[in-house]
This record gives sequence, C-alpha cells and structure tokens, in this order.
Amino acid sequence: MTLTYVLQIYVFVLAGFVGFNIITRVPPRLHTPLMSATNAISAISIVGALVVAGSRYSLLASVLGFLAVTFATINVVGGFVITDRMLGMFKRGDAEKDGASQGAPHGAPGDNGSAPR
Amino acid sequence: MSALLPLLQGAAEAAGEFAPKAVGEVFGPRALLTQAGYVAASVCFMLGLKALTKPETARRGIRLAAVGMLLAVLGTLIVAEIVEYQWILGGLLVGAAIGYPLGTRVPMTAMPQRIAIALTFGASAATMVGVAEYLHRSGAAAGAMPRAQAAALGFEVLLGCITITGSLVAFGKLHEILPGRPLTFGGQNLVNAAAMLGALALLGILVADPAAAWAFWAMAALALVIGASFVLPIGGADMPVVVSLLNSYAGLAACATGFAIGNTVLIIAGALDGASGFILSIIMSKAMNRSFANVLFGAFGGGAAAGGAKSAAGLTVKSLTAEDAAIQLGYAGKVIVVPGYGMAVAQAQHVVRELAELIEKKGGEVKYAIHPVAGRMPGHMNVLLAEANVPYDRMYEMEEINDEFSTADVALVIGANDVVNPAARSDPASPIYGMPILDADRAKSVIVMKRGMSAGFAGIENELFYADNTRMLFGDAKQTLTKLVTEVKSI
Repeated sequence: MTLTYVLQIYVFVLAGFVGFNIITRVPPRLHTPLMSATNAISAISIVGALVVAGSRYSLLASVLGFLAVTFATINVVGGFVITDRMLGMFKRGDAEKDGASQGAPHGAPGDNGSAPR
Repeated sequence: MSALLPLLQGAAEAAGEFAPKAVGEVFGPRALLTQAGYVAASVCFMLGLKALTKPETARRGIRLAAVGMLLAVLGTLIVAEIVEYQWILGGLLVGAAIGYPLGTRVPMTAMPQRIAIALTFGASAATMVGVAEYLHRSGAAAGAMPRAQAAALGFEVLLGCITITGSLVAFGKLHEILPGRPLTFGGQNLVNAAAMLGALALLGILVADPAAAWAFWAMAALALVIGASFVLPIGGADMPVVVSLLNSYAGLAACATGFAIGNTVLIIAGALDGASGFILSIIMSKAMNRSFANVLFGAFGGGAAAGGAKSAAGLTVKSLTAEDAAIQLGYAGKVIVVPGYGMAVAQAQHVVRELAELIEKKGGEVKYAIHPVAGRMPGHMNVLLAEANVPYDRMYEMEEINDEFSTADVALVIGANDVVNPAARSDPASPIYGMPILDADRAKSVIVMKRGMSAGFAGIENELFYADNTRMLFGDAKQTLTKLVTEVKSI
C-alpha cells in the first residue's frame, strides 16, 4: 500500500465527516431536494467516462465511453435542472402574498443556465 | 467474446492518466489546471450542500453545485489523454437531450421513481468505467495490478451492479410496472445472504489474485442478480428506504472509482452522496418505527400482515357530507391539514391550497402538518405543496406542530393513514406501537378524506376513523376538495 492510498483514505474519511455533519442539518422539508441534489452530484463519474470516450483506443472503447458519458450526462443535466425547478417552488409566505395567490401557475421557473452543459 | 476483450482493454487504457501519481511527482501546467478544477469543484459541492440546509439559500446551493460539476467536466476535458472529442460531444448531446426533458417535464408526484431510474443511470456509468478500468489494469501489458486497486475496482463494480438492478426494480415498483407487494419465496433471505457471501468471496479471490478475470465477471453477474432479488421482496411503501440506501451505494461506487483511478473529486463527491443516502435511510426507518434490518429483510409493507390487537369489529364510522364539512371548515378558527400519499395520487395539492386560501379569507388559520414518512419519499409532501404555491413557512414538521392539534378546531386528514393512527401511542400490541405520529386525534374535530375503508400500507386498522370526534368524507380527494371549495365559497 502506497502513501497515495493512505492519503485517499484520509480524504474519504474527512469528506465523510463533512458530509455527515452537513447532511444531518438538512431539515426534513428539504429531504427530497437533498436526495435529488446528491443524485446529481454522484454523476461525477462523468469525469471517468469522458476520458474513456475521448482516448481513441478502439471502436468498442469509444462506444462504451459514449454510453457512459450519455448516462452520466442524463443525471448531471436532469438532476440539476429538476432540483433547481423543485427549489424554485419553495417560497416564503410573505413573498407569496403578492403575486402567486392569484392562483397563477408559475410553471417551471428559471430552468436555464443552471445545468452545466 | 475473446475478440472483444482486446477492444475492451482499449477502453480501459483510456483512463490511464488517472493512475495514482506518486507523492512528490511534479504536475505539468495542464494537469495542474485540471487538479485546480477538481479542488474548486469539491469546494462547490460542499458549500452547495451546506446551502441546502436552509430553504432561503437552497437554490443558490444547487446552482453552486452545478458550477462545481461544470468545473470538474472542463478540468477533465483538457487532460492529455483525450485526443478526440466526437464521442464525448455525442454523449454530452444525447445525454442532455434525454436529461433536460427529464428535468423539466417529470411531475413532482413522480419524484420517487425519477430518483430510482436516475440511480440506474448513474450506477451504469460508474460500472462501465469500472469494467474498462479492470480490463486495462489487469491486461498483460499493464503488469501486476496492486491488490488495493483490485479491491477498489471490485467494490465499485459490486456496488454498481447491485444498484443497477436494485434501482430498476425499485423504479418498476414505484412506477407500478411491477406489483408493489413484496414478491417472496421460501428461504429468500437465506438465498440472498448466500449470494452476497458468494459475491464477497469472489471479491476476496479477486483481491488475492487481481488477474483472476473469471472472478471479476462472476462477481459482477452475481451482483446484478442480488440487486434484483434484494429489492423484489420489499413492499412499495418501503421503497423510500431502499432508494435512499441505493443512493448511498451509488455514492460509494463513485468513491471506489475515485480510489481505483486516484481521483480525489470522485472520492469527495462519492463520500458526500454515500453519507447522505445512508443518513436518510436511517431517518426514514426510524420514522416508520422499524429497524433498518426489518425494512430490508422483513418482507413487510403489504399484504394482510399484522392485524393489531384491536379489530374494527363492532365499531362504526360516522361519515359526513361535503356541505357539513364545508360549514365546519368555513367557520373554523384554526385548521391543520395532514396530507398523505392519497393527496399525491389524486394530484389534489392545488385544490388543497385553494381551500386553505378560502378558509383564510374567512378569518381562519391554516397550517400543514408533515409527517417525515408521508408520501413515498422523505420530504415528498413539502415539494408537492410547494408546487401548489403553499409557502414553506406554513408547513410544519411533526415536532413543531404536534402540541398545536389540541388547539385546532379541525384536523383535515387528506389521504394519510398510518401516520395519524393513535394505536402507535396507545396499543402496545400494534405493529406500529412506538412510531412517532401526528396527534390529529387531539383536535376538536377530525375530518378524514379517504377513498374507502381500506387499511393503510401497513395493513393496520386505524382507530382514528372510529373516534367520536372523527367524521369520514369518502371519495376521490381531488373531487371532494373541489366540492368543498364550492361549498365554502357559498357560505
């Protein structure tokens, strides 16, 4: 076992602690957006997929990489867009009184520009 | 098949640049930029999740996390190993074309199954990378694979494959393609346990001899079977716990990828995801008064199990008409709405808000009491009500509102059942005894909106329906509420 692995374990343990501390403070009313957000963040495996797709080793390698990039991108784009849309619906009472109480549906708010691609 | 292997090894070599750098090795300027992107991405993820602890900052948080993802992607696109971009571009475009409508069009009621299918996508991507990595690093040209790396890759593919099929089955149950009731056969837990031990044994063989490709493939195949057979016996109502747990597995699979290819941003993001899924599944189990193990191996949550000590024999329910209910609500000083999965199924959240506004106009006060496991995933009711423009400061969590029921004129229970069953407080023989519930029965009067007299997910009779201060209002939640709105208007 090299020092690199040891350092990786440090990173893992510390990130786990940070995660535990942050996530236990998320209130239950935000648990659905939290799940949706962590789901989008776990699409970070796109980082590995991009390299597989771009290295021109063989046709099959590229196809495998292409599929992995596709799957991961679905989660990146879809995950961030839907979480943003969901959080856009959460409004405070005082803000609500002005416009929305007319019953006007506000549709999907501000979906643009939030997805990384 | 043997002709395919060299090709697969090509895929594996693609990830070569990720080989853990020896400590002290000097990065070139381009690699340095990549690493800077990864560090910035990790910071964005952490700060983004931190912002998710408050509704005011949550949206900024998710956008920050999206920026982090963008930085990680950009940082990766400049690594030296990437020599062509057409496949990448193709994948990004196809993925975005599928993902964008999934983000904008999926209704909020379908969030549970959306998350389940997203887990399948994410786990598939991670598993493909893991398979490619294994082929590359176990290839003859690559030399002997370190055992730690074999262990990391093995874990990645094991967790990834379990998540792929497990989430697919969860999706099927939540989307009602598969029957929601537990599908069981005799000795199921034993068979599953044996399969899991077998997979771990194969992982052990792989770590002992990283070149044992047969063990790698056998483990992957077995893991795919385990994922399905592990989720099939779990009832539809327990899917939130399962989806949370699978979320955790998907995170850990990403983590293992990070270990295998020496990429810290994967380790950090995966650890955050793993922690989140694990914590949520434990919170959910607690709120259902079940041990984690019971949810996973109990094959409960459907069927005619668990009668409870008190049966409904000899008791009668008292129903009331929409007109009478409207009068009660119209003149109430304080109404507490208790929404449940029935409200989601009927898509009734918008009418609920309309009714609440009418009551408020007549001088009443309306609050919403949300049980932690109301709906099919944690926090589901909050999202649905928010969708209907109910302000979030009107929604109260169980501990915040339970004392207020005794001062409420009406508790309006819409499609909720087990979460308001007083047996949880009073009947030690009840399977839900000890489960924290909303004290709706302590309101001066209770109106329960329900389709019929069927029992809840847990199959338990609900004493609340027979209580002296309870009146039942039968019918589809949305139609009944619409009628109520008309009636209250005419008061």
